[in-house]
Amino acid sequence: MTLLSSVTGRLTAAALSLAVALPAVAQETPQSGGVANVAIQPEPPGLMLPLVQNAPTQRVAGNIFEGLLRYDADLKPMPQLATSWEISDDGLAYTFHLHPDVIWHDGEAFSAADVVFSADVFLRETNPRTRAILDHVASIEAPDDETVVFTLKQPFPAFIQAFEVGTLPIVPKHLYEGTDFYHNPANNHPIGTGPFEFAKWDRGSVIELDKNPDYYEAGKPYLDKIYWHVIPDAASRAAAYENGTLNIMPAGSVENFDIPRLAEMDGSCMTEAGNEYFNPFAMLWLNNREGPTADKRFRQAVMYALDRDFARNVLWNGLGKVPNGPFSSTLAAHDDDLQPYPYDPDKAEELLDEMGYDGEPVRLLPLPYGETWTRWAEAVRQNLEDVGINIETESSDVAGWNQKISDWDYDIAFTYLFQYGDPSLGIARTYVSSNIAKGSPWNNVEGYENPEIDKLFADAAVENDADKRQAMYDQIQQTLHDDVPLAWIMELAQPTIYRCSVHDLITTGIGLNDGFKNAWIEQ
Amino acid sequence: MAYVSLILGRVGKAVIVLLAILVFNFFLIHAAPGDPAAVMAGEAGATDQQFLDDLRERFGLDQPLPVQLWRYMSGVLQLDFGYSYRQQMPVLDLILDRLPATLLLTGAAFCISLLFGIIAGTLAAMRAKRPSGSIIMGLALLFYATPLYWVAMMAVLVFSVTLDWLPAYGYSTVGAGYTGLAHAGDVAVHLILPALTLGLFFMAVYTRMTRTSMLSVSQQDFVKTARAKGLAPGVIQRRHILRNALLPIITLAGLQAGQMVGGAVLTETVFAWPGIGRLMYEALMQRDYNLLLGIFFFCALLVILFNMLTDVIYRLADPRIKQGAT
Repeated sequence: MTLLSSVTGRLTAAALSLAVALPAVAQETPQSGGVANVAIQPEPPGLMLPLVQNAPTQRVAGNIFEGLLRYDADLKPMPQLATSWEISDDGLAYTFHLHPDVIWHDGEAFSAADVVFSADVFLRETNPRTRAILDHVASIEAPDDETVVFTLKQPFPAFIQAFEVGTLPIVPKHLYEGTDFYHNPANNHPIGTGPFEFAKWDRGSVIELDKNPDYYEAGKPYLDKIYWHVIPDAASRAAAYENGTLNIMPAGSVENFDIPRLAEMDGSCMTEAGNEYFNPFAMLWLNNREGPTADKRFRQAVMYALDRDFARNVLWNGLGKVPNGPFSSTLAAHDDDLQPYPYDPDKAEELLDEMGYDGEPVRLLPLPYGETWTRWAEAVRQNLEDVGINIETESSDVAGWNQKISDWDYDIAFTYLFQYGDPSLGIARTYVSSNIAKGSPWNNVEGYENPEIDKLFADAAVENDADKRQAMYDQIQQTLHDDVPLAWIMELAQPTIYRCSVHDLITTGIGLNDGFKNAWIEQ
Repeated sequence: MAYVSLILGRVGKAVIVLLAILVFNFFLIHAAPGDPAAVMAGEAGATDQQFLDDLRERFGLDQPLPVQLWRYMSGVLQLDFGYSYRQQMPVLDLILDRLPATLLLTGAAFCISLLFGIIAGTLAAMRAKRPSGSIIMGLALLFYATPLYWVAMMAVLVFSVTLDWLPAYGYSTVGAGYTGLAHAGDVAVHLILPALTLGLFFMAVYTRMTRTSMLSVSQQDFVKTARAKGLAPGVIQRRHILRNALLPIITLAGLQAGQMVGGAVLTETVFAWPGIGRLMYEALMQRDYNLLLGIFFFCALLVILFNMLTDVIYRLADPRIKQGAT
């Protein structure tokens, strides 16, 4: 008996190693069936993506809703609801040809009217980010059921980056037109066109999505179901992955110190792909209005004082990237030649002496997003104290942090910002003076004012000539790099950990938020 | 008759206490920095003034605080606890949806801790001078002193990850589709670890208290009298000592029962148990005012109910306690 089971054991082991040896063959043909068990935390407040923009909603509902386009890892547009598109030479008219066979989850036919309603009515009312982008649009028209034309007021080359599902999700007009969007019963059972349909939500436990049997891309999706497990405790999430209950751990669901352990388990894989569109960029707000941080030399001293490589290697497991300036490296407009501030405490002390810093206390506000951020704040504090800056750490919960940033009640504060694929969508907002207003933690909260930068961002956004635009963006990067309106500390990695039997999980630059259309599980 | 008027008086006081708690809580949570609109805007990763104004208007946060309080209280008096804008559901639905899971967990923990605590305490008292009594008390001290979340994590690591005997988290097996008895069994299996974890601390408290109380009662004259009458030791332990030793335990049980709605935040978090404690913690973090106030209301209600129930049980356990004596 013992002998037999040991022989079987060996045979299984041999079979397994054979399977491992032949991944290329296995990966060629997707298999249907299987279930994705994914961790989600915090629990989304709702799944009506066009209404709720928070991160967990985007992660789950990208399976239910769809945008006109998706973007590959180089942020080049790919077809989704639109099969093809043209941009007129003057950069003013964007024409989209829609997929003819799309139907909503409730059986109604999808048409160009849905797109017009979504962009022109629904999202203009509900989504502040999309509303700002649509300010460039003069009219949205549907010449026929399968064509939509966006006509812009002036050229806005970044516009083509704005059609992913989180930015411009398409809403079913037949359910929402003329209703109170916020109290529409469909919000509790969202109807989209995506590869998975909403099935059930046990609040506090699990969100269940079923395969859309009538999906317009033949044969897809491959998975039968997706279960999103709501598990609030990070250690419990890790345990659930270890004992095999979960097979996909999205970025942020694993505490940093657990990442190496889970990634190195047998049959466990990790990828940093899918990060390109959002590319969360960690920064320190430096209050440009008052106190020592109002002095440019002080802000430069902060850049010299920070040992950013240490933070990356020790706190973030060597994942992520130390930025060379204000633009993240995944953007096409990124200037590769810009020299990053080196870690140079002597230079920092020199600058502080030059400005005559007298030891005035400087408040540091950490981001209350868990253990790693707390430790990061400690490391930054130590770096700054090493060059003689007198730091007082404050603490708060997320709501308090929001309030302090929105009211400009800080000296130095941690944050991170999404990039959204183009400087005019994700970066300009942080530096242009027209974006200085209390009440939001996401605008120019550092209070940087520079008319030259204002003009360059404004001109670059509407410049249709790629070379001229790049020249402006190069100049912007150089100027900001010297002025240090805020400290750029890290391009955060977004590692996804998953069982290696799951294939094609991430196939675009939008990552898991783009849905599990292509994912399949090796049986 | 006197009994009924006592109860009525109690109910009247309870209503006043409840309303006072609500008003106090209302001002307390509005004193915390940040409001639900700011939190939601913060989570959206992008916002503008129009978005914030829209949210505040829909939440009624654009009104002066006294007006908001007036609106809320007049709603509550009509048993309308308002709307959680964040979860896009009526507060009452959210709470009633989560209440069974919490009552199941805390109720199970309550029964486990009370039953085994009293048994262990009685044994420890009877064997006060023997090693087995010391072992019981040693264990009780250990459970009393160990942090709950640590016990929870160790239980998961040992019984779920390593031994794979019990599920690591959740209320039932996701996707199993059990019904009827199979579902009940499934929930019961999921209940074991969280209920034991939550119950251990109180079990230790009851053990220690039962032992102390019994030892002190056993010194009293009526016990000596009973012994002198020649009653069997078992009868003396049960009828004379235990029954008289129970009063402080009933007090404590009343307190524990009062915490049944909101007292399991940690356990519910570690075991992803879909209960009220987690709902409350999340509502607090997200400044979901209506939901938070609603949960506070139910917690307070339960505390008051169990205090009244405790008083009744006192009288049953010890007929010498009469009205007005408490």
